[in-house]
Amino acid sequence: MKKKLTFAAALLAASVLGGMANAKQLVYCSEASPAGFDPSPWSGGNDFDASSRTIYSRLVEFEHGKTTIKPGLAESWTVSDDGLEYTFKLRPGVKFQTTDYFTPTRDLNADDVIFSFERQWKKENPWFDYLAGTGWEYFAGMGFPDLLKEIVKVDDLTVKFVLNKPEVAFLPDLGMDFASIVSKEYADQLDKAGTRQQFTQKPIGTGPFQFVDYQVDAVIRYAAWDGYYGGRQKIDDLIFAITTDPAVRAQKLKAGECDIMSYPAPADIAGLKADPNLKVDEQEGLNIGYMAYNTTQAPFDKVEVRKALNMAVNKQAILDAVYQGAGQAAINPIPPTMWSYNKDIKDDPYDPDAAKKMLADAGVKDLSMKIWAMPVSRPYNPNAQRVAELIQADYAKIGVKAEIVSYEWTEYRERGKQKDRDGAFQLGWTGDNGDPDNFLFLLGCDAIGQSNYAIWCNQEFEALLQKGKATTDVAERTKIYEEAQVVFKREAPWLTIAHSKVFMPMNKKVSGFVMDPLGIHRFDGVDVTE
Amino acid sequence: MLRYLLHKLALIIPTVFGISLAAFAFVRLLPGDPILALAGERGVSPERYAELIERFGYNRPYVVQYLEYIGRVLTGDFGISLATKRPVLGEFQALFPATLELATIALIIAVLIGIPAGIFAAVKRGSWFDQATMGVALTGYSMPIFWWGLLLIIFFSGYLGWTPVSGRIGLQYFFRPTTGFMLIDSLISGKSGAFRSAASHLILPAIVLATIPLAVIARQTRSAMLEVLGEDYVRTARAKGLAPRRVIGLHAFRNALIPVVTTIGLQVGTLMAGAILTETIFSWPGIGKWMIDAIAKRDYVVVQSGLLIIALIVMAVNLIVDVLYAVINPRIRVQ
Repeated sequence: MKKKLTFAAALLAASVLGGMANAKQLVYCSEASPAGFDPSPWSGGNDFDASSRTIYSRLVEFEHGKTTIKPGLAESWTVSDDGLEYTFKLRPGVKFQTTDYFTPTRDLNADDVIFSFERQWKKENPWFDYLAGTGWEYFAGMGFPDLLKEIVKVDDLTVKFVLNKPEVAFLPDLGMDFASIVSKEYADQLDKAGTRQQFTQKPIGTGPFQFVDYQVDAVIRYAAWDGYYGGRQKIDDLIFAITTDPAVRAQKLKAGECDIMSYPAPADIAGLKADPNLKVDEQEGLNIGYMAYNTTQAPFDKVEVRKALNMAVNKQAILDAVYQGAGQAAINPIPPTMWSYNKDIKDDPYDPDAAKKMLADAGVKDLSMKIWAMPVSRPYNPNAQRVAELIQADYAKIGVKAEIVSYEWTEYRERGKQKDRDGAFQLGWTGDNGDPDNFLFLLGCDAIGQSNYAIWCNQEFEALLQKGKATTDVAERTKIYEEAQVVFKREAPWLTIAHSKVFMPMNKKVSGFVMDPLGIHRFDGVDVTE
Repeated sequence: MLRYLLHKLALIIPTVFGISLAAFAFVRLLPGDPILALAGERGVSPERYAELIERFGYNRPYVVQYLEYIGRVLTGDFGISLATKRPVLGEFQALFPATLELATIALIIAVLIGIPAGIFAAVKRGSWFDQATMGVALTGYSMPIFWWGLLLIIFFSGYLGWTPVSGRIGLQYFFRPTTGFMLIDSLISGKSGAFRSAASHLILPAIVLATIPLAVIARQTRSAMLEVLGEDYVRTARAKGLAPRRVIGLHAFRNALIPVVTTIGLQVGTLMAGAILTETIFSWPGIGKWMIDAIAKRDYVVVQSGLLIIALIVMAVNLIVDVLYAVINPRIRVQ
């Protein structure tokens, strides 16, 4: 059997290397090189596209194009009444990929699941530090070290997660990239050979595509994995042509050098749409761009001052100048595509005269403040400097003098967290798992000093947030979060700026590509007509 | 000759230390923190941050960090990238052939066009050719590389469809690299059309990268030739009735060669600097793009070691140029 599999692997490598004459090939112009192919240590979208979404699978998966979950490597699961125990029944017969560097001798089992999490969790696990200085940021960032009590192997195909506290978003969390399941057998093999580093350079998973080759900073090649539990893909070869400049990516797409591209520059979208060979899919992004006031510093500790400043900003001008038609004004802290979005809430109207009067009524005269502008472009805010300039001009109309400040990106975020930060701070958020808590936690009391840049701890909002976390019924949670949004709008810790649209230009011969609300690029189910 | 060589080598040692210190200091002077940059936008807990800072030793005095770094470098250990966790030297070795190939072709273009253009401009001083050549050279010298590259892509690849947009070879050709030089590897691969594809991918980036060195070489050749053409021995040679081609080629050009060779040697540094932008535009997987990414990620190890390796290469090339002088002009050896 082993010989047969080795032969199959050799045959696959030879056929790929030789260039199969009639192979169906999809070329994706990606935006950056992956740091590695282990799906858990890194947190960049480009890392996930190249590893977790192509090579690996998870216990549960997000439905294609949605944020609802469906069975993945786990075919079913049960949750205990107290919400502390999740027991997963693994799908039998799931094969790890067979390549020229690894031939599995067994199917996926509970040991793989336990290993996948414990290597990120337990410092005594020999794989915890196999990459010097890995922080396992996503695992830690989602609160897993505190959340997990133990992971128990019930039998080969049954695994139980025991939690320290109930967590309603636990299942969607398991659909995230960091929770991808890796092969323990492969890890053991590398351990024996003393080549642990290879784990991230030559990956093995159970996903729709298997790794073939990576030419650093240039090209990643994958081949459809014949043994994929979800069925073999329609395309034979998947190629990532790494092209960092968006204008060059657009040119490559037009020239037919790639079939699909990520993140077009706003200025290129009209040209791409006009090309008869191309189509441009678009979708509301699961994101928000905002500006957080420091609610602990006078005069921003007064709700009426924050409201007045919100009313002074002409959001439409920002949408036109910065988002160039690829965004919509944000009203709530969660995007409209998210369940529990409160449609009844009205935005603060753009009314400079009323804003001026409100400031005067609040006893604020000759206000000078800082507006913080991110030094980088992000989907939720493509040009924070320009946004700051527009807000500065709007503020001038109501007699508020604003100075724009910016710092290097990591420094910017660190300074922004300081409790005595001076001024209003631009930032944004892109959803991880489609749960409203994944947005609203940004404003929780526990997040002060981390992601709560408004340094806002409102007991009413906090109580709703905690209640939502402890409630499993979706209808009930919806009500709780709708109420939380009312509190948010009333208290105005942020100026909610915009939710941006995401565009995906591709050749018309590409079919079956579904845009993902979580911003990942998945190529399972994609086909190319010749 | 040996003494001359030893003298040059003795000068290199303090320079290497100076550069290692500058590279070490440069990356630490940049605002930003490598651990936070590594953690990404979701950040890292204060406890884990403290652990990682301790582990990488970035909380120790700079002198200790530098001495440890230089100690490792002297044993050939350039460290492991903070971002990719791969050895820096290994990454460099994988990427450098791409840069070297591009820079070599660019230099060949610059020399093959720049020197004849400079000679003709000097010989036909004041003519329309001279003025046009020097005008184009000045424009080329002032051209922002990023804009120039994009312009060529849009026109030649997008509009005319003559050249590929970016990359090193057509994606239909897949073979594992033998030498890392795509022109050679494509020939070795034996795949029909591979060499042609690799060559066509080189055209635009090589032209873009060659633009500034070409302009500099053409201007330097012209000025050196003009100086030599005014010398007495050239007038004598002409008076003796030697053919103009022989006067220019044998008597004038050979003597004008010293400053031109110096200029060509100095262009190696320009090519390395130009490669950073050229590689970024053309998605050319070389060390220029690698360094830009490392700086953005505050990858201390890659930046400090990468800069040092690049500096060592530039110095080695300059040393070869110095030796070439001595071969061309024996008087330099004596001095």
